[in-house]
Amino acid sequence: MSASAASLEEPRITPLGSSAILFEAPGAFDIQHQRRIWALADAAATWDMVVEAVPGMTNLMLILARPPRDIGVFETLLRDAWDIGDEKHVEPTVLELSIVYGGEGGPHLHDVAEGAGLSVAEVVRIHTEPDYTVYAVGSHAGYCYLGGLDARLFMPRRKVPLVSIPGGSLSLAGMQTGVSASAGPSGWHTIGRAEISFFDPKRLPPALMKPGDVVRFKAERVIA
Amino acid sequence: MIEILSTPSLVTIQDLGRSGFYRYGVCRSGAMDRLALAIGNLLLGNDRGAAGLEIPILPLRLRFNSDLNFSLTGADCGAMLGDRPLPPFWATRAKAEDVLTLNAPRSGCRVYLCVAGGIDVPEVLDSRSTQLRETFGGIEGRALAKGDRIAAVGNDVRLPHAGVGTVPPAVALAAAGDSTTAVRVIPAAEYADYDDASRAAFWSADWKVTVQSNRAGYRLEGPELALTRPRELRSHGVVPGVVQVPAGGQPIIQLADAATMGGYPKIGVVIDADLWRIAQARPGDALRFVECDTAGAADAHDETETYLAQLAADVGRQRRLATAWGVA
Repeated sequence: MSASAASLEEPRITPLGSSAILFEAPGAFDIQHQRRIWALADAAATWDMVVEAVPGMTNLMLILARPPRDIGVFETLLRDAWDIGDEKHVEPTVLELSIVYGGEGGPHLHDVAEGAGLSVAEVVRIHTEPDYTVYAVGSHAGYCYLGGLDARLFMPRRKVPLVSIPGGSLSLAGMQTGVSASAGPSGWHTIGRAEISFFDPKRLPPALMKPGDVVRFKAERVIA
Repeated sequence: MIEILSTPSLVTIQDLGRSGFYRYGVCRSGAMDRLALAIGNLLLGNDRGAAGLEIPILPLRLRFNSDLNFSLTGADCGAMLGDRPLPPFWATRAKAEDVLTLNAPRSGCRVYLCVAGGIDVPEVLDSRSTQLRETFGGIEGRALAKGDRIAAVGNDVRLPHAGVGTVPPAVALAAAGDSTTAVRVIPAAEYADYDDASRAAFWSADWKVTVQSNRAGYRLEGPELALTRPRELRSHGVVPGVVQVPAGGQPIIQLADAATMGGYPKIGVVIDADLWRIAQARPGDALRFVECDTAGAADAHDETETYLAQLAADVGRQRRLATAWGVA
């Protein structure tokens, strides 16, 4: 099974239940497409009936104020706005995170090494090399979906999700990697741990990072 | 003021949930059965989105420390105010020192207790709902415990002496099928990627609610749903109602406290107007999915709105009559 999502030829727009719409961008999973998604989100947030436009990974979810009888109006708006091709460029905040790879905080580090056909040291080196861009914030409050994972570390989600992993857990799955902002269930491979608070409901905005910001991982320690 | 004398786990303060913070990863939260909460509030003359208690497991006992109008909606739990039995979907006035006992539900899964004006806790991110994972909202973001005291905002609405009630929504609103746990579903992006047998089974099977079901989601058990080819999706926004199918082939309905994004294939999405029916299904109960489209979902939404508007008008009329006759 290939771990990389197939690319669409055309935008795909589908109802996500009665009061939400999912827009999936055509083309590669890369920063150019993601910058277009951010621009599309800004545009869509101003449309009538749109409560919120939520960027995902080269896709966008619109939450509507009430169920539309049909979604044709939004299909046209989304296609037209996408075709304009605007990209949103963000002046990034850079966050450097110290990670303890492996051990109790990273129980799946060996699985990932085995799955990728690499040594643990190579996995850590490859994982700490890139500057990761925050593509989207979500899943749980303050969590950052990061783009930039090296293709050698792409792998499918775990078959059986874990009931709970602690806040600060570093994990990866598919083409993605990220650090949990609070304790919760996870279907990803957990490979390390950081000390960081990504979310504070008393702050506005409540999330520490925004789409376009940058995260760097530093190996504080590797427990092989 | 209400004092909790004994409580099961996972009783939380909920309103209709948070809106507008999805892009920070904040899920909707709020009452699982938003219809029952809205009805409970309307019976009391509250805004329909005032905060109440969501009580998923019983029994529970509490004491009123002062006279207070309250309502019970949702599951029928053989409630007793002192030695007086209370019908479900009913609002009445408690006297100071009255003890309210909620017993094991005869039907349904979650009881909602609303109070005059709503429960008085601070709004966090525009809502009073308890966000259990991130521990904010409600009382310190946690479930209630024995000894907790809850204040009501209060209002000056007078109820008829005997109380005021309504026909439960399970009776008033047409179910989509012959079973009360039939829920309407709009096929989702990956629907066509399931094989013929799986799509047929999705609509025809009785899906058993497993014990691994909670405010985040209901895990169902039934025939294995198989894709014609493996899919690894790019993560995208997920709303309550999305029916995800992880690799095991057993569906999970995402609900009030679900993750705001996910990447599992989704076969369909339960329409908003039917989410309350899931909230009242218990482990061991069966759910059935009935195919629906956006027009059908809009109709269902309108039907619910009409029902609530009618209910608010009826209850208002009864209150005014009772006041005019001096029996309020």
